[in-house]
Amino acid sequence: MRARVEQTPLPGIGVRHDLITSSGRTVGVVSHRNGRRDLVLYDVDDPDSSLASIPLTDDEAEALADVLGASLMLGQLAGLRQQAAGLLTEQIAIPAGSAFVGRRLGDTRARTRTGASIVAVLRDRDVIASPGPSFPFEAGDVVVVVGTRRGLDGVTAILAGEAGD
Amino acid sequence: MHDTTILLIEVGALLFALGMLGRLGRRVGLSPIPLYLLAGLVFGHGGVVPLSASEEFIRVGAEIGVVLLLVMLGLEYSADELVGNLRSGLLAGTLDAVLNAVPGAAFALLLGWGFEAALVLAGITWVSSSGVIAKVLGDLGRLGNRETPVVLSVLVIEDLAMAFYLPLVTAVLAGVGFLGGLQALAVALLTVAAVLVVALRYGRAISAFMSVKDAEALLLSVLGLTLFVAGVAAELKVSAAVGAFLVGIALSGPVAHHATQILSPLRDLFAAVFFVFFGLSTDPADMPPVLLPALGLAVLTMATKVVTGYVAARRGAIALPGRLRAGLALMPRGEFSVVIAGLAVASGVEPELAPLATAYVLITVVSGPMLARLPDYAWFRRMVRRRMAVRQAVQPIGSGD
Repeated sequence: MRARVEQTPLPGIGVRHDLITSSGRTVGVVSHRNGRRDLVLYDVDDPDSSLASIPLTDDEAEALADVLGASLMLGQLAGLRQQAAGLLTEQIAIPAGSAFVGRRLGDTRARTRTGASIVAVLRDRDVIASPGPSFPFEAGDVVVVVGTRRGLDGVTAILAGEAGD
Repeated sequence: MHDTTILLIEVGALLFALGMLGRLGRRVGLSPIPLYLLAGLVFGHGGVVPLSASEEFIRVGAEIGVVLLLVMLGLEYSADELVGNLRSGLLAGTLDAVLNAVPGAAFALLLGWGFEAALVLAGITWVSSSGVIAKVLGDLGRLGNRETPVVLSVLVIEDLAMAFYLPLVTAVLAGVGFLGGLQALAVALLTVAAVLVVALRYGRAISAFMSVKDAEALLLSVLGLTLFVAGVAAELKVSAAVGAFLVGIALSGPVAHHATQILSPLRDLFAAVFFVFFGLSTDPADMPPVLLPALGLAVLTMATKVVTGYVAARRGAIALPGRLRAGLALMPRGEFSVVIAGLAVASGVEPELAPLATAYVLITVVSGPMLARLPDYAWFRRMVRRRMAVRQAVQPIGSGD
């Protein structure tokens, strides 16, 4: 089921990678030898010709890759939820006033208390998969939790716990 | 001392004028090559403002310009790319050579020019301008198009073929006859094969010999090596240009990348001088009589380039619009045609060849990039789509053939 990415050398310029989606559209990336890269979208009527060619800087390309990576990760989690009946996945934001801002994941004792697991943390545009007990939370982190309905509600309550609780 | 002063004034004024012309050209979307050629016509013998003191300087500058044009071309390609392309694009390349070189040769013979001039004109009409075409493809946003690798592959084969063609022409123009030409060709074949093998096997070692960290040292060592090899190649009658091209191919990796960056400004300077020099050696008064033949030859060989691109793209499973784009993109002739014509001028083979080549390059390099835009216009697309619809409707029934 893996998608096929084709690589075509462009002598004197660089290399082009393209991917034909299951919907029949083609998306390509032209990587120039000088480091520049263009995201290329192809015409539906004339699949040989590029409809738009969007130059991306290093940062932009990285951001785009991250966004796609993050949504892919969440998609896989959603798949997991469907496979195991009764298990739910939820994204829970850590409120700014939470007791756990600046503290470690282990301190929440979430799994012991609720049976639900924190499987990932979304921070800015990064996905931190399977964070360990010593992982420090920051304000604005979103945790991805897998568990039963009751477990998820329990984690929400724990994370919402105000400082000094 | 007086001569030097005039030289400074002349060269300064010339370069400044070229800079202004180049800027003007960019504004209207024109390659600077035709403008430089025209400037050469204006400043040359029989031109409006003939240069006096700086001619010798410009002659030497032009020589360096050819060498730099070729080494930069070589730097653009790695040995892997050349060998890989040779396998996939050989058929398209052969077709390209036959379709475009033969009309040039036939034309020269029709004019009663003799064997040497025919060989030269064949080269002039054969080789598309990889510089101009790469720029046009980038400007039109076609680098991602599926027909673009086909176009590039044709250009690579042409450029590689020059490594054999230029020594052949150099030898024939030196008056060694056909057999001597073949001997030069054999020497060139062996040299190129040896350089490719060495570059593939030991490319890293050669490049490691030069440090990337010190830009100044890199500039001097790459430039020095190139000029040295070019000179030795010329001494061995293999053509200086080919020596420079091979140096470019042999360098790879970060060294090639950095060398490209630091040599680019030098190339721009001396290549401009080269184009001006070629214009200088043409008397504008010789131009009018050859204009019509040049136009005819241009129309014919631009059509054959369209056929080349069409067939090459069809082999690459590209649909009709892409085939037309590939064909139309291949039309402009430029730096290489001028380099080849320059060899002929230097040996004084046929007085009418230089003005014809100038007019021919001017016509193709100006009209080519404009015609390459055709497939982007709405009316052209509609026409092509209608043509495709008709064909699709006919095909299922078409049992006649």
